[in-house]
Amino acid sequence: MAPALSVTGLRKSYRSVHALRGVDLELGTGELFGLLGPNGAGKSTLVKIACGLVRPSGGAVQVCGHPAGSAAAHASLGYLAELFRFPDWCTADELLGLHQELTGSAGGREERRELLELVELGHVPDRRVGAMSKGMQQRLGLAQALIGAPRLLLLDEPTSALDPAGRHTVRALLERLRERGVSVLLNSHLLSEVELVCDRVAIINHGSVVAAGTPAQLSRPGGVEVETAAGWRTFAEARRDDAPRIVRELVAAGEDVYGVRVLTSSLEDAYLEAVGRAPAPDEARPEGAAA
Amino acid sequence: MSAPAGLAPERARDPGARVDPPGELRAALIVARFSLRESLRRRVFVVIGLLTFVFLGLYGLATWQAFKAADEFSTSESGVDTEAVVGATLAGLAMFAILFLGTVLAVFLTLGAVRGDAERGLLQPLLVRPLPRRTLLLGRWLGATAVCAPYVILVALACFALTAALGDWWPDRTVTPLLSLALGVAIIAALSLAGSIALASTANGIGVFMLFGAGLTAGLLGQIAEALNSDTLGDVSQIATWALPFEALYQAGLAALTVDTVGWSRLAIDLGPFGGAQSAGFDLWLFSLAYLVAIGALAVAAFGRRDL
Repeated sequence: MAPALSVTGLRKSYRSVHALRGVDLELGTGELFGLLGPNGAGKSTLVKIACGLVRPSGGAVQVCGHPAGSAAAHASLGYLAELFRFPDWCTADELLGLHQELTGSAGGREERRELLELVELGHVPDRRVGAMSKGMQQRLGLAQALIGAPRLLLLDEPTSALDPAGRHTVRALLERLRERGVSVLLNSHLLSEVELVCDRVAIINHGSVVAAGTPAQLSRPGGVEVETAAGWRTFAEARRDDAPRIVRELVAAGEDVYGVRVLTSSLEDAYLEAVGRAPAPDEARPEGAAA
Repeated sequence: MSAPAGLAPERARDPGARVDPPGELRAALIVARFSLRESLRRRVFVVIGLLTFVFLGLYGLATWQAFKAADEFSTSESGVDTEAVVGATLAGLAMFAILFLGTVLAVFLTLGAVRGDAERGLLQPLLVRPLPRRTLLLGRWLGATAVCAPYVILVALACFALTAALGDWWPDRTVTPLLSLALGVAIIAALSLAGSIALASTANGIGVFMLFGAGLTAGLLGQIAEALNSDTLGDVSQIATWALPFEALYQAGLAALTVDTVGWSRLAIDLGPFGGAQSAGFDLWLFSLAYLVAIGALAVAAFGRRDL
């Protein structure tokens, strides 16, 4: 089966501004992929090119084996834009009905009802979009993106208007989508959210991928700290697996050990380092503390 | 969070399996129907209906007064059919007003259709569906034209009926003036839609109304050219009128109102607003349709190159 999204050497220039400078990415089936980067890094441009809304200057993008922008590619994806709006005069049910018709979804009323329930709007199918809060509209946007059971979901800041509970529901939704083989490209500034749900992450800066891998790969070891009678001692090169040996050696050397901390850099640290704003050394976070 | 029932297992295991995108014509009709529903829901038709009722009331009052005054002054020796002159003059003025109202409708239904909607974030969710951009344009044009064209036809018919009821005069031709108005507003809707690709809503609205004004000016130039017997002015008027064929269509419709009227009545009619009327043959209709297609092709090409 073709990858859900294949991006090869993608470039985009707006006159003298280079938004993308040769990006390569690939999303497999059922993969949840996080796209990180500062404002203006090129994330939204990449997503818009995948959606066929923006023409690339070079390179290629394929959606489920079809060229981005083609009808077949459009039929395979769902999209929620960062800055979206739906007609304020129509109801939630009418909006989903329109997208069903345009997609050619055979789901009918049942699909609309189920999707509205999925995003916890099942009780307001006849409420006008204009009478909904921003958070409700964002959830409606998610339901709209899921019309026709797309193979690929492109979500650009899908939780920006949601409260913590709403974000939690979206995370749970994304995980269930993954279980069902839906691939998701999640463009978000919420690093903790990405770290929690994404299988792989790419960090884009100035139009190029500057780091990529699993959240664990990007969150590198930061050493081991051991508390003795003399205070905290740092073993900068040590990893988690080294902690028992270090404790044994210290005890054998006659020292009393009161606590151990395994340090790892978080995804946020990796992000800041990748985009050129490395955290101060004392910002490295303990993975867990042992007495 | 509820269980994701929306992703029924059979669909979820095979995402996209139940999708069968509509053909282009059907997709265009879906967009057009949605546009019409928007007009209905936003009470566009209520506002139009109320204002049109006022317009028809004023037109009826003016017609009644005009025929009454004409009856008092008319003499059988003059050889002028006063009913024809008054009726045709009033119907001609009504046609101008109706074209203007139809233009207002066409412009306001389309002025922000592309750039305006894209800037507000309304367009992107639609265009990531299997909906070609040309189909979206066609749908929006059909939606606007489906409102404007019947509107101008119905209001013109109502004016003709009022003129007949109050002054016992009916145009020499009925279909040509109605079709000329309908095709005229369809062209204006296309121009406005095409303008909406490049221009922000306000700029586009101003631009199309200025084009409408330019067409009107071309018609006036034609009248002046005829009065001064100036070939140069006449040529300029002709070129401008054909470059903006809604004006040529309006003039053709105007001419059709009194196409069978001759003699002193003809002369009297030509002294009024009918001086700018120019009958045109089948060529004008063909040209107007080709113009419409050309505007559509240019719009599709421009929209295809636009990043959203």
